[in-house]
This record gives sequence, C-alpha cells and structure tokens, in this order.
Amino acid sequence: MISLSHYLVLGAILFSLSVAGIFLNRKNMIVLLMSIELMLLSVNMNFIAFSHFLGDTAGQVFVFFILTVAAAEAAIGLAILVVLFRNRRTINVGDLDALKG
Amino acid sequence: MTAEQFFFYAFAAMTVASAAMVITVRNPVYAVLSLVLTFVASAGLWLLLEAEFLAIALVLVYVGAVMVLFLFVVMMLDINLARLKEGFIRYLPLGVAVAVAMALMMALVVGPEHFGLERVPAPERHGPEYSNTEALGRVLYTVYVYPFEIASVILTVAIVAAIALTLRRRPHTKYQNPDEQIAVRREDRVRLVSMKPERRE
Repeated sequence: MISLSHYLVLGAILFSLSVAGIFLNRKNMIVLLMSIELMLLSVNMNFIAFSHFLGDTAGQVFVFFILTVAAAEAAIGLAILVVLFRNRRTINVGDLDALKG
Repeated sequence: MTAEQFFFYAFAAMTVASAAMVITVRNPVYAVLSLVLTFVASAGLWLLLEAEFLAIALVLVYVGAVMVLFLFVVMMLDINLARLKEGFIRYLPLGVAVAVAMALMMALVVGPEHFGLERVPAPERHGPEYSNTEALGRVLYTVYVYPFEIASVILTVAIVAAIALTLRRRPHTKYQNPDEQIAVRREDRVRLVSMKPERRE
C-alpha cells in the first residue's frame, strides 16, 4: 500500500529539484519562472495527499486557489518578461542592473 | 506489487525524471516540454489520490493554457543560449548539495515513522457513485464562496495587468476611425467639376 509519507517524500524531492533549478539556472529568467511553477506543484501534491488521507476536501479547495493564483502569476510574469525583452533585448538576470543606481 | 504501487512508482519516476530534465536541459523549449510531462505525470498521481477534478483541471488549465503561454514566449524571444548557461557548471556542486540536503531533511521529517500507514491509515476508497467534482463544488460554492469570488477578481486583475503591460502603440500603425468614417459627407469625397465641352473638328 502507498502511504502518506510516499507522497510527502515525492513532494520534498520535487521541491528540492526546483530549488536546485534556481541555483543552476540563475541567469535564465524563463527557467527561474518554471522552477517556481515546479515548487507550486510540489506544494499542491502535499495538499492533495493530506486531503486524501485525512478525508477533508479543504485541501483540494486550497489547491484550486493555488492553481488560480499561479496562473495569474505566470501570466503577469511572462508579460513582464516580454516587456523586458522588448526594451533591453535580454532576459539574462545578470544584465538587469538598471535599479543598481 | 499491487496495481496502485505500480502506478504510483511509474508516475513518481516520470515526475522526478522530467522535473530533473526541466532544470538541466540546455534548450528552454525542451524545458517547457519536460514541465508539461511533469504536470501530466502529477495529474496521474492526483488521480490515484481521488482528486479527479483537480487532475483534469491541472491538465486543462496548466498544460492547456499556462504551458502553451510559456511555449509561446520562449519561441517568440530570440535569446542567446550560450550566455544563459554561464555558471551552470560552477554552481552545479552547490546546487546539488543544497538540493540533497533539503530533500534529506524533509524526508526525515515526513518519513514513514511519522506519516507511515500505521500512523495515518489509508482511507477507504470511494465507490463508483462518488463524484469528486460534486463534493468539491458543494464546499466551493457554500463555505468558500467569498474566496472563490476573490479568485475571479484576481484572474481579472491578471488579464488587465498582462494586457496593460504588453500593449503598445507603434508610430506607423494605421488605425481605422469609425467616428470619422460614419460622419463622412458627400462633399468631402466627391467634387463636381464643370468643364467646357471640347469641340472636336
């Protein structure tokens, strides 16, 4: 039988992978955004696992709202990315130093 | 090995492998496609957890809309891949060390001695007449109706923000002006010229 800790460990592995992705791809803004999506996915996995094993639908409702907010975040983030590329011709995080003063 | 274990390990392996590909592949297009595979495999896991509505919503909303948006942006931007991969090798040991340490610590906390089957027993499977969508809808439109409305406002704000950020007026674009088009009069367009008839001999 699959226990709750199986799903929680899987969520932990997914979360660590996305943290590693932020470390490895610190120049590429698109992969940074995708790592954040991966983090949200691992959190959703934990919510749904707890919701199933504790018999409470509140966890699934919360995942519903997380999906909504994540979709909004992705849309606005990509819009900012497009505007940034249009103005600076780069998405390299190292080149974005306009606020450095 | 039961069918549940088989499907769990198959989907979990697919999820972890494709998530690892997301953060390591060179081409961002392949990274987006790997992320799509990650979401699809997670949807399979959510089906095992009897969250059918959210599994379908993940595939429809995430794979169908958000990931296609990512793919659009990645393919639209003309980016220099070589420069973006700078520092990958340099930060590889640190990234792997941090990830392994975090995974080990979290696995210690959520390991089988705390959340195993003897501590949290597996619930009874619902029968075929159970509808996850109905159960979710019953609480979503009663208990959580105000958060639900706020979620719709957030989506509206996201639409407005995305359009307002990316909308631009180019100087040489030609626009129609329906107001002027409707208000046009005959005198503006047609000019009657009276000429003397030419005589031909």
